[in-house]
Amino acid sequence: MTMTLLRHLVAAIVAGAVIWALSVQLNAFRDYQMAEIAVYVVAIAGLSVLIGLSGQISIGNGAFMAVGAYAAALLMLHLNWPVWAVFPASAAIAAGAGGVVGVAAARLSGPYLAGATLLLAVALPSLATRFPGVFGGDQGLSLTVTAPARLGATFPTTRWQAWVCSVAALIALVLLANLGRSRVGRNWRAIRDDPVAAALTGLNVARLRVLAFVVSAACAGLAGAMLAYTTTLVSPGSFTLSLSIALLTGAVLGGLGSLAGALWGALVIVLVPTYVTDVATSHGLSTTVAANLPIAAYGVVLIAVMILFPDGIQGGLRRLAGPLLPANLTRLASPDRQQPPGELSDGLTSPDRRQPVGEHQEEGTT
Amino acid sequence: MNEFLQFTLGGVSFGMVYAAIGLSLVLIWRGTRILNYSQGAMAMLSTYIALTVINHTGSYWEGFAAALATGVVLGAVIERLVIRPVENKPPLNAVVVTIGLLVLLEGLAGIFYGGQYRSFPAAFSVTGLHAGAVSLGISPNDLFVAAAVLAAALALAVMFRYTSAGLRLRAAAFNAYAARLLGVRVGRVLTLGWALAGLIGALAGLLVSPNTFLYPASMDSIFVLGFTAAVIGGLDSPAGAIVGGLILGVTLNYVGGYLGSDLVPLFGLAALVLVLMLRPSGLFSTSHGRQV
Amino acid sequence: MNGSHRTRMLAVAATVIAALVAAGCSSSSSGGAGAAPAVPGITKTQILIGSHQPLTGPAAPGYSEISAASNAYFQYVNAHGGVYGRKIKYTYLDDAYDPSKTASVVRQLVLQDSVYAIFDGLGTPTHLAVVNYLNSAKVPDVFIASGCDCWASGHPYSFGWQIDYIREGKILGAYVKSHFAGKKIGFFYQNDEFGTDGVKGLSYEIPASQVASKQSYVPINVNIGPQAAALKAAGVQVVVCYSIPAFTALLKLAALKIGWNPTFVVSSVGADPITLGGLLQAFAKQGGKTVVGNQLTQGIITAGYLPTLGNTGNSWIALFKKVHDTYDAKAPFDGNVLYGEAVAYTFVQAMVKAGKNPTRAGLVSAIESGGLSQGAAVAPYDYSMTDHGGMMGAYIGVIKNGVVVQQGPVWTTDTTPGGAVTPFTGTQPPAPASGMP
Repeated sequence: MTMTLLRHLVAAIVAGAVIWALSVQLNAFRDYQMAEIAVYVVAIAGLSVLIGLSGQISIGNGAFMAVGAYAAALLMLHLNWPVWAVFPASAAIAAGAGGVVGVAAARLSGPYLAGATLLLAVALPSLATRFPGVFGGDQGLSLTVTAPARLGATFPTTRWQAWVCSVAALIALVLLANLGRSRVGRNWRAIRDDPVAAALTGLNVARLRVLAFVVSAACAGLAGAMLAYTTTLVSPGSFTLSLSIALLTGAVLGGLGSLAGALWGALVIVLVPTYVTDVATSHGLSTTVAANLPIAAYGVVLIAVMILFPDGIQGGLRRLAGPLLPANLTRLASPDRQQPPGELSDGLTSPDRRQPVGEHQEEGTT
Repeated sequence: MNEFLQFTLGGVSFGMVYAAIGLSLVLIWRGTRILNYSQGAMAMLSTYIALTVINHTGSYWEGFAAALATGVVLGAVIERLVIRPVENKPPLNAVVVTIGLLVLLEGLAGIFYGGQYRSFPAAFSVTGLHAGAVSLGISPNDLFVAAAVLAAALALAVMFRYTSAGLRLRAAAFNAYAARLLGVRVGRVLTLGWALAGLIGALAGLLVSPNTFLYPASMDSIFVLGFTAAVIGGLDSPAGAIVGGLILGVTLNYVGGYLGSDLVPLFGLAALVLVLMLRPSGLFSTSHGRQV
Repeated sequence: MNGSHRTRMLAVAATVIAALVAAGCSSSSSGGAGAAPAVPGITKTQILIGSHQPLTGPAAPGYSEISAASNAYFQYVNAHGGVYGRKIKYTYLDDAYDPSKTASVVRQLVLQDSVYAIFDGLGTPTHLAVVNYLNSAKVPDVFIASGCDCWASGHPYSFGWQIDYIREGKILGAYVKSHFAGKKIGFFYQNDEFGTDGVKGLSYEIPASQVASKQSYVPINVNIGPQAAALKAAGVQVVVCYSIPAFTALLKLAALKIGWNPTFVVSSVGADPITLGGLLQAFAKQGGKTVVGNQLTQGIITAGYLPTLGNTGNSWIALFKKVHDTYDAKAPFDGNVLYGEAVAYTFVQAMVKAGKNPTRAGLVSAIESGGLSQGAAVAPYDYSMTDHGGMMGAYIGVIKNGVVVQQGPVWTTDTTPGGAVTPFTGTQPPAPASGMP
């Protein structure tokens, strides 16, 4: 076992112990929120890898979550598979979808890719209503989840869900961390920073791009299966464009390319909106205003973070704690440079930023 | 046969609105190389201002003018304050910022105007025209929509071609550094570009809101299809946006009529993917890949 | 390497712990960390109930008014002594019509806020996300705001309230069959359970040979021009719409454009005259051609299960208008407000019946033992041990000058294909003088 893998496993075990302790201490609703946070950590981590490491923008990972969620629901309902088989299978199915999209997307760059994935997020869930017999239409598919009997009759289901989802999330994060530090990870950073140079050194840019999509979709698919397991209903109403935007918000806010950043992003997405609404209502604002305030706040946060703190929370923490910790940390990005503020920390540099009209960069065509 | 004709004519009306949104997106893309995801939301807000003015004064055209003015101001202010800091940064920053704007504007609209669907007046009658006893399936308002968008596109083309402002816009878009060296105030020119895009977007909002009702998210699906039209036509081609919008509007009407209303977003996606696979820069784009 | 890495992870973990514990502490101090009350949500002075409502998102227009109206009626009751001295506190949380959010807010209400019951949960796909959970947690799930017939059985703690879409479809269908014999009928319906259940009910009554075209729409696509064109091309003379108000209005406008003038028969969901008139009002302000907002709604046939707003002589309308004007005056007095107040009234009825020391099981048996008077509904409830559905009937009405005018009697029926549609011979009891059950 390599040192990297050992390091990551130890970290995961420590984190797992902390999570177990928390789940027992906190009430049943907080357990449910822990499960939700685990779902978003996985989804955001996958997106963060795609954008931060391979430099491709996707606003459509909500669609891959839908694929994973429906796959999980169908496997559990019709084939009665246990959860530890359903989760990897759903991730694999979503990975397949990601491969298809990735092949189409490898030829696109920047805004074209973002726009195509946007349309994917909008269009894909409508398949569920097209084939209501299979996918349950608008009402969706209902699941039942119960804690195993040996834990006792009074064991809260939400705690079991928190455990299952946390274990799945930790496994996914360990795999992602290893991938980030492997040769594949380095190759991704190469094609992100300068695709032409990377191609000149013999890297297959298109294939690496597709692989990034596959990995990102696998994470989203796993998150979708976890979501199905937590909410026990899979329906198109859960996979709107807002979900994809929330994932992007979480990834950017937390810090692109950073796994700890995925955790911050997930915490914000799950915990902050209800908090904002509560504060607003307790200050006497009408329910309409209070309900719309988190939405407006989301927008302000996205803009402010991107303009003022492009590295997100994790980047900010790193800068704060910088003098105390060595440069080689658990981020997936290149650790060597100290980026000036205002630049994306790992330089999503695009050398042709100010291209004259009439030139269009086509990258990754083989 | 009559059904086919109805589908075609109906598609033209919505298609012109997609073309208008597409046109405003192309304007911004050519100037700043940014895809403005908040274009629809900016249009929505301008239309809300129009509604406020119309309800206050009772005059549609005063509201119309107010919306266009709001679009100009909104575009200029947004470019100056929010977009300027990310203009020379990696594309991701602009994507995130414009998505943030989209969310912010929709939240603000919800706070100030509430989520209720508002009725928005049309400039002219929405009752269909008749040729004798046969209904033509288009109304005077539909004709106005088509005329307004074409007039706007024509005005833009004339401006680009024959005015010095247009020349400066084209210069800044072609090569900002050289333009600066020649004395073009690139920053001001970019603001102008965004202001014009805001104007056209507001026009699109005014034209389509009678058919969609006005609420914070009303321009979402219009924007998505307008963006699709722009990409299909080629993000740097204004004529492409118009043609792309028309083709998309009519095609999706056929899909909605013959295959089912729920398949429209899927077909939009399919059309986009098909065009991008065959011509990644769009149908009418003038670029063909990297020039070495 | 190892050490610094572990330090890093522990630092992250420590921050996470701090955040969650802080959140957990703040919640447990406000929630029920101490001795839990014997019956959750019930104290000597308060009844705490919760709901999930679409306050933002696609379903917010219109539906967001319902919860405020219910709250208005509860405030009225609280100001007049409450229920056995207990004031009703109504907490409704936004789920943006997203079932994942519904699952979250309902668990928050049950596990953290310890509500006594979930009241008026709105939406079919959203409520389906929580119905199994509420039943397994034995939380009363009363008067769900959805016309799905799925609440009628299979969920011991859940109760519907409004007439379900199949029943309403049968009542509308029977009217169409008897009044438009020989005419070509078309269906225009939303492509979800609301629309398909409505069409199911319609098809039980209207002979298939008369149905010339069925067109469905989805809320995300507002361009229903092709659907209107298809209906016209099939020669449809009477179009039955299972559509939300926005799409009823859109179909009306589309019909104007293509020169098609059928009779409109619209489900109560999509026919509130005030909402429809509001959506179409801008087209009344045009110069030249006279297209009046009210005129566009004139003659629309619909069904109703609560007294019509135009019936100012009705004691229920008078009561609810008084409550609205006192506690919810900013909202227009329309169908949604009427719905909110009427369902709140039913809840207070049930709480009164549950007695001075209500329990969760007690509330359930108070409703299913039958005998809840129909209150503001025009037909009785069918609550029993085996049927938790709700209202059994509705009347047919026509929109005249912006109000619904009842035509004929109240009709009752069941949800089976063969069940007859029969006139209801009873009368609606008047509203109590005190305004409380």
